[in-house]
Amino acid sequence: MPELICISCPQGCHLTAVEANGSVTVSGNRCPRGEVYAKQELTDPRRMVTAVMPSDNKKHPFIAVRTTAPYPKAKIPALLNRLYAMTIKTPVKNGDIIIADIDNSGIGVIVTENI
Amino acid sequence: MIYDVAVIGAGATGGATAYMLSQYKLHTVLLERSHEVCAGVSKANSGIVHGGFHHPSDSLKTQLELRGNALIEQLQKNLHFPYLKCGILVVAYSEEELETLKKLYQRGLDNGVKDMEFCDRKRIFELEPKLTANAIGGFFVPHGGTIEPYMYVFALIECALKNHVDLRCDFEVISGDYQDDVWLVKSADGREIKAKYLVNAAGLFADDVSRKLGAEDFKIFPRKGEEYLLDRNCAGRPSRVVFPVPVKHSKGVLVIPTAGGTTMIGPTAEKVEDKEDTATTQSNFAKILKLTQNMVEGLTAKDLITSFAGLRPVHESEDFYIVQSPVRPALIQAAGIQSPGLTASPAIGEYIVKLLAKSGLALKKDPAFDGTLPEYFESRKLTDQQLSELHASDPAWTNIVCRCESISEAEIINAVKRGHTTVDGVKFCTRAGMGRCQGGFCSAKVLQIISRYSGIPMEELTKRGGKSRILAGKLGSLEVK
Amino acid sequence: MARNCYDAVIVGAGAAGLAAGSVTAASGCSTLIIDRESRSGGILNQCIHNGFGLRYFKEELTGPEFAYRMSQKAQNAGVEFALDSAVTDIKKLDDGTFDLRILSKHDGVRHINSRAVMLTMGCRERNRGAIATPGGRPAGIFTAGTAQKLLNCEGKLPGKSAVIVGSGDIGLIMARRLRWSGIDVKAVIEIMPHSAGLTRNVVQCLHDFGIPLYLSTSVVRIDGKDRVTGVVAAPLNDDRTPDMNKAFAIECDTVLFSVGLIPEMELAKKLGVKENPATGGAEVDSNYSTSIPGVFSAGNVLHVHDLVDFVAEEAEYAGKCLVDYLVGAKNGVEYNSSVLKNLKYVIPNRFAPTQDTRFLFRPTVVTDRAVLKAMVNGESVWEKKLLFVRPAEMIIAEIKANTLAGDVTFVLEEI
Repeated sequence: MPELICISCPQGCHLTAVEANGSVTVSGNRCPRGEVYAKQELTDPRRMVTAVMPSDNKKHPFIAVRTTAPYPKAKIPALLNRLYAMTIKTPVKNGDIIIADIDNSGIGVIVTENI
Repeated sequence: MIYDVAVIGAGATGGATAYMLSQYKLHTVLLERSHEVCAGVSKANSGIVHGGFHHPSDSLKTQLELRGNALIEQLQKNLHFPYLKCGILVVAYSEEELETLKKLYQRGLDNGVKDMEFCDRKRIFELEPKLTANAIGGFFVPHGGTIEPYMYVFALIECALKNHVDLRCDFEVISGDYQDDVWLVKSADGREIKAKYLVNAAGLFADDVSRKLGAEDFKIFPRKGEEYLLDRNCAGRPSRVVFPVPVKHSKGVLVIPTAGGTTMIGPTAEKVEDKEDTATTQSNFAKILKLTQNMVEGLTAKDLITSFAGLRPVHESEDFYIVQSPVRPALIQAAGIQSPGLTASPAIGEYIVKLLAKSGLALKKDPAFDGTLPEYFESRKLTDQQLSELHASDPAWTNIVCRCESISEAEIINAVKRGHTTVDGVKFCTRAGMGRCQGGFCSAKVLQIISRYSGIPMEELTKRGGKSRILAGKLGSLEVK
Repeated sequence: MARNCYDAVIVGAGAAGLAAGSVTAASGCSTLIIDRESRSGGILNQCIHNGFGLRYFKEELTGPEFAYRMSQKAQNAGVEFALDSAVTDIKKLDDGTFDLRILSKHDGVRHINSRAVMLTMGCRERNRGAIATPGGRPAGIFTAGTAQKLLNCEGKLPGKSAVIVGSGDIGLIMARRLRWSGIDVKAVIEIMPHSAGLTRNVVQCLHDFGIPLYLSTSVVRIDGKDRVTGVVAAPLNDDRTPDMNKAFAIECDTVLFSVGLIPEMELAKKLGVKENPATGGAEVDSNYSTSIPGVFSAGNVLHVHDLVDFVAEEAEYAGKCLVDYLVGAKNGVEYNSSVLKNLKYVIPNRFAPTQDTRFLFRPTVVTDRAVLKAMVNGESVWEKKLLFVRPAEMIIAEIKANTLAGDVTFVLEEI
């Protein structure tokens, strides 16, 4: 009976997931996102990845980026190493795409500031 | 080349000696083991300009203290280091203390301290309204106060360098041989200096240096003093230096209005073994705060900005040890310079010059000597008009980098141009990072400015030279696992 | 900057300043926001992680994204900006308006006149010096926010292996950021028996990486002469003194401090604004007016918030109140509010009983079930049941007009 703490919002609900007959029942959540989180966390844990990447801009030598959706936890280090080795050409603006689709995951990397 | 004099140690004693020597036609070199000057005893102390009443009349300490007190006032006019001449108040909080205090007052009179005033309860509150109600009397010494010790030493050395004294930093003396009337001094990193005379002003390490020079054996004991710095808005900042009645081995715990505008309480006095042990402890803060809260109203733990510890270099005699070496020729020892060493330092410098002359050094005044430094500006003290004028010549004067102490970019650039390329060096020279946030907001900016004007990459900048690197490289240089 | 006179000058262009300015400018008041940095958004710009905006924008944003949206809002409302500018002094003039002295590289010294002032300067981090952590003074000691700025804005690594002192949110966020930068995080050490940060940050920043969190533990020494070589920590005895028999050493080259935030009130003190000792910020009434008429305060300079969303909401409301002040609306403030049991403070300190009022609190206890009571004349006149009360999270109570007919004292009872 895995005990989880939901990270979908700052409330941090304490969740209990019970598996029976191939389906998972979640309790302790105060909103529907808790159930989604618990089921995802038990099968394929994912996290939003945020980082800064080198840029060609002298005043802002590093630029903030994030993934477009939570990314498989186990693959995050490889993604970060890849991002740190790239250089962003400025100017860029909020939402500009740096990587459209990371390794056919359907998840991309976008800029989160205007430089 | 062969220098006339090599001074070992660029603290207050070495700096003042170099400054005094720079007035003569001599080739002088100042040797410092740290990366920048004023990095040891002279950096971390109470910064008091003492009044001359703590030690007996016939002692060398008192003579040099009184002379130094007067010299600091003269030097300040030409060198412009901050000197808050607020006077010193010694306060008794009980009848018993009052009796001891009377003896101290009499000692001051015997020593010839100028303009001392014995104060009854009413008068003492006129002079310092923030005293706690249990103060019953005291005496006031108007000629004294506080300096920022590092800024004083920086100024002395800068002026000496201007008058052709040479400076070698990162020069840790490992040996000295005297042959054919010349000293050959070697450093840990393999450099050599030749000089006809040596001055050992190596502070805590004066005993080690003496041994390395083959001179007499003596011992310097480190005695630790912890000090606690309170915010410039602290309600308990007194308008005078407030002393209690002294106790054995120590002038007691003081409340000090620093020349920089903050308030300092301390110091402790604790014998330690390690000459580099400048660690602070938590229990001492509680103790010092309690002691000083009994002296002055308005001191709170909430005002604490930071703490530091300094080490007093105590000679086994407890006195200054300033002599021609009885063992080796052409060597002046200036050791055991603990309190009131900072006050006495310019007089010690003069005294050492006299000892050098006695040993045969020919002194001829240099008519080209210029004992002045350009007046320096601090943005936070300037009027709108003064700032506007400075801004017209250099806009960096109105770019405030350190918000807590209101230090401008121009002040930091000037510090770098004056040779300070470490974070601590710039901090002590400008006060940037010395305020309530302790560099939390400005350190990234300060690193950038130092890097830009010194040409040293940001990753290689240090806190105080050597291995004290601030950063560990660029993002991406470590693999994420 | 075309003019020297404004209806409203706002000091600080973080979330609070931008939210307040959006409201004042949209209401037709000429508004200037002044900030030291070269772009608006304040500390949000270095908080590149996600987790912002769920309440205010109804979607999850990173710090720079939240800052960008707030800045757009302010610009669209017609706010003027004075960036790279430091306010060094504020004075109240005889005619009731204010003189602000501003220094900037571009313009030198300037004076701006304003009819009203909004103080939104945010907060600073409490540092090692302020909590007197014993030990040496080597390189490698940073506040968590300074390390965050060095990493996220300059791309510089503060070290290779770190111990984090204090489990505030910035410390937790930085634990993950260090790990995501290739830096080892040996431990997080918290003096209290519970984390000072949000639970979800403990999960995603520590649990995810297997970083140990030592509760009720104190750092008793920092070692190192040139650079940090390690720390010594010790669990606390019942009397909260460290148990030196159980002290343990951790090797590291970096120590980050995340030991609380302090409202950056110094400018307000110069102006003579009355301080609330419980928050470190100003005392305010329910119109977010300080003790000096015409001077308002909101956001983290007023009291340290848990979420930026609440900062923005509070500052928007304060902005409305500033507009009311300029048009001469009566505020009706007559009663005092205070706290007693299990609560650290309440905002506001005075209120108008004829208006709906939002009261904000910080609890001092950890409890899963509690009831918040409003006591007037010794009787409870309003109550609210609460779940999962944590010091890391604020408590909000919306109390309707005409509920509190006198001075009120709030208490939090565990049930």
